[in-house]
Amino acid sequence: MTNEFLLAGFGGQGILFAGKLIAYAGLYAGKEVSWLPSYGPEMRGGTCNCSVTLSDLPIGSPLILNPTELMVMNTPSFDKFIGSVKAGGMAFIDSTLVEGTSDRTDIKCFYIPATGMANENGLKGMANIILAGKMLKEIGLTDEAVIEKALKKCIPPKKADKLEANMKALRLGMDFNG
Amino acid sequence: MPEFKRPHALTDAYLHYCPGCTHGIVHRLVAEVIDEMGIEGDTVGVCPVGCSVMAYDYFNCDMMEASHGRAPAVATGVKRANPDKFVFTYQGDGDLAAIGTAETVHAATRGENITVIFINNTTYGMTGGQMAPTTLPGQITQTTPYGRNTDIEGFPVKMCEMLSQLDGVALAQRVTVIDPANIRKAKAAIRKGFEYQKNKQGFSIIEVLSTCPTNWGLTPVQAIERLKNDMIPYYPLGVYKDGAVRNKEAAAQ
Amino acid sequence: MAEKSLMKGNEALAEAALRAGCKCFFGYPITPQTEIAAYLSKRMPKVGGVFLQAESEVAAINMVYGCAGSGIRCMTSSSSPGISLKSEGISYIAGADLPCVIIDVMRGGPGLGGIQPSQADYYQITKGVGHGDYHIIVLAPSTVQEMADCVTRAFDLADKYRMPAVVLADGLLGQMMEPVAFDDAEIVMSDASGKPWAANGHKNSRKHNIINSLYLQAPELEDKIRARYERYKQVEENETRAVADYCEDADIVVVAYGSTARLAKSAVDEARKQGIKAGVFRPVTLYPFPVKELNDAVKNAKKVLTVEMSMGQMIDDVKLAINCSRPVEFFGRTGGVIPAPSEILAKIKEMGGNE
Repeated sequence: MTNEFLLAGFGGQGILFAGKLIAYAGLYAGKEVSWLPSYGPEMRGGTCNCSVTLSDLPIGSPLILNPTELMVMNTPSFDKFIGSVKAGGMAFIDSTLVEGTSDRTDIKCFYIPATGMANENGLKGMANIILAGKMLKEIGLTDEAVIEKALKKCIPPKKADKLEANMKALRLGMDFNG
Repeated sequence: MPEFKRPHALTDAYLHYCPGCTHGIVHRLVAEVIDEMGIEGDTVGVCPVGCSVMAYDYFNCDMMEASHGRAPAVATGVKRANPDKFVFTYQGDGDLAAIGTAETVHAATRGENITVIFINNTTYGMTGGQMAPTTLPGQITQTTPYGRNTDIEGFPVKMCEMLSQLDGVALAQRVTVIDPANIRKAKAAIRKGFEYQKNKQGFSIIEVLSTCPTNWGLTPVQAIERLKNDMIPYYPLGVYKDGAVRNKEAAAQ
Repeated sequence: MAEKSLMKGNEALAEAALRAGCKCFFGYPITPQTEIAAYLSKRMPKVGGVFLQAESEVAAINMVYGCAGSGIRCMTSSSSPGISLKSEGISYIAGADLPCVIIDVMRGGPGLGGIQPSQADYYQITKGVGHGDYHIIVLAPSTVQEMADCVTRAFDLADKYRMPAVVLADGLLGQMMEPVAFDDAEIVMSDASGKPWAANGHKNSRKHNIINSLYLQAPELEDKIRARYERYKQVEENETRAVADYCEDADIVVVAYGSTARLAKSAVDEARKQGIKAGVFRPVTLYPFPVKELNDAVKNAKKVLTVEMSMGQMIDDVKLAINCSRPVEFFGRTGGVIPAPSEILAKIKEMGGNE
């Protein structure tokens, strides 16, 4: 079993962080993992994406061109990548930020108003975590202990007070129906 | 009366320098300072590319040969790995003030605890007398056959003046070795540079105005006259900066 | 062995350097290797090492020359344009028989080129980089764990043979994160013990040491170089490393190194699923090139395919190694474009791999 995630949005939305969280969750769940960011000047506020692979086998290419799971947090990324999702794959779309819907019938699209949900729940800036929670749920990686360990690993010690809020955001995502 | 003999810090090798060249005197002064401070076993010297390229055969301490202009970077590598050793570079004007300007300026501004001996003879000696960064306006060299024209070749670089503006520099002093009084001053300056290094007080550069009778086309005596009459007015002797950059209390002792 | 964590290739390499006793790092920022400098600037002061940001790549490599000349393990890192600047210093280090480690995280060229992954500096690195008759050891990792392992080996080989060793990676390996583990051993900084040639002060107990690459008498220089080539022969005989997968019965052997080898492996895995007899051969040492290992790997093959992120450079060494005993074809992407496994698979099929 191999999951190939492509996460995309603007710099500053926590795209790389969400990718890292998924990678650590995979690692602690006993998978082979890789994480590859887009890098360069676009990191400073422009578009940003990262590829994450979780697999039962050693990973060849860390670069994902046709994801099985796509997460998008802005319209340009949605337009750019929605066509690249493998048939049978899933797309996780922040519907607060992305205009429009996909007419693809061979993939499953989740429209999650993650940014709106984050703002309503006092979790500003954690839409990425809500989306990550939903993705983990949908691929069946739901062991709370694993996820919490991953989150702890990803949050730097000086931001340890944010752990609880992050866990809340993750659960919101996991419990989201739609 | 102290006996006049070869300093221990110089090997027995014959110097290859031309008659009337002042490299030999400066080598001797550096070696005397090393002897007097008793630091030969803890000193690493770095040679340049230029006439003194083979100075590694003349100094008895451990030596390294750097590529052209890079001696201050090489010295930085030695010093950072071995902060308790004495490290000096010995460089000419082409090496230090042309191809190696960046390395010189940045070692200086870092306040690297090294001592730089800078031989300024206004010419590229080893390659046969081409224009150096320090060649005087109007000076005829192999590559300025009509005299250095400042409209075309620009102006000479005054390293001590320039480096004295940098906070990392503890000592920037210009000396010469054309007579006993100046030789004594030159030696005192070199000694001071090594003392600053000993106390980890910053970068020191001792610029020595030197002669190159061969490439200047002059006799040794005429060369000394030229140095006095033409070079010193353009490159005034003296202390351009003096004062510990760090560990100031050690300086006071 | 400690628990695995995710690290970027650049960071894993930097941590491994510390653990190999690398006391001094001299660097200069350039994408996509800057994490190495950033990581070591944080770690070095905590473990008694030296981090120094030089004024240029030229200065950095010459600081390495000085430090290595004093017998201390040291390293510099850069990416393609910066390595060009270091070429002078690398030649001098080789000419003075000094051990050191140089990291090249390649990006697209020529000129300022781009910042995306590339392997277009194969010629430059494997042929010594600078001027003169000499070799440098070149190790090419293909995973983050190998980024760490290769740097350890690079230090050991550099010391053993008194020559520079390069870890040749690319932006993909430098930037990606994978699980990596380090043992819990205490970090011990290197000193000059075991290096009687080091110029670090003779303590009045031996003749002065001279670190030098200048020999004005031609026969003397020739002797020095010949002696060095005797050592290179030892390197070539003893230090080649390569990994061969599915080559035993392969009709087509794909040869690729570094991150490209991972992409080739994905393509070959897919080919095998489709019943195509393909294998993949990955040189881990680029100098010394694994000639014997490659000949073993292709002994039953009909054709060889070289895949690189360049217009084709290693292919020359592949042809030489097997003495053109089989057709050697090429597939590559360049300028920072990463070849897709599907493209490599298509090339395998085009070569008759689906017969």
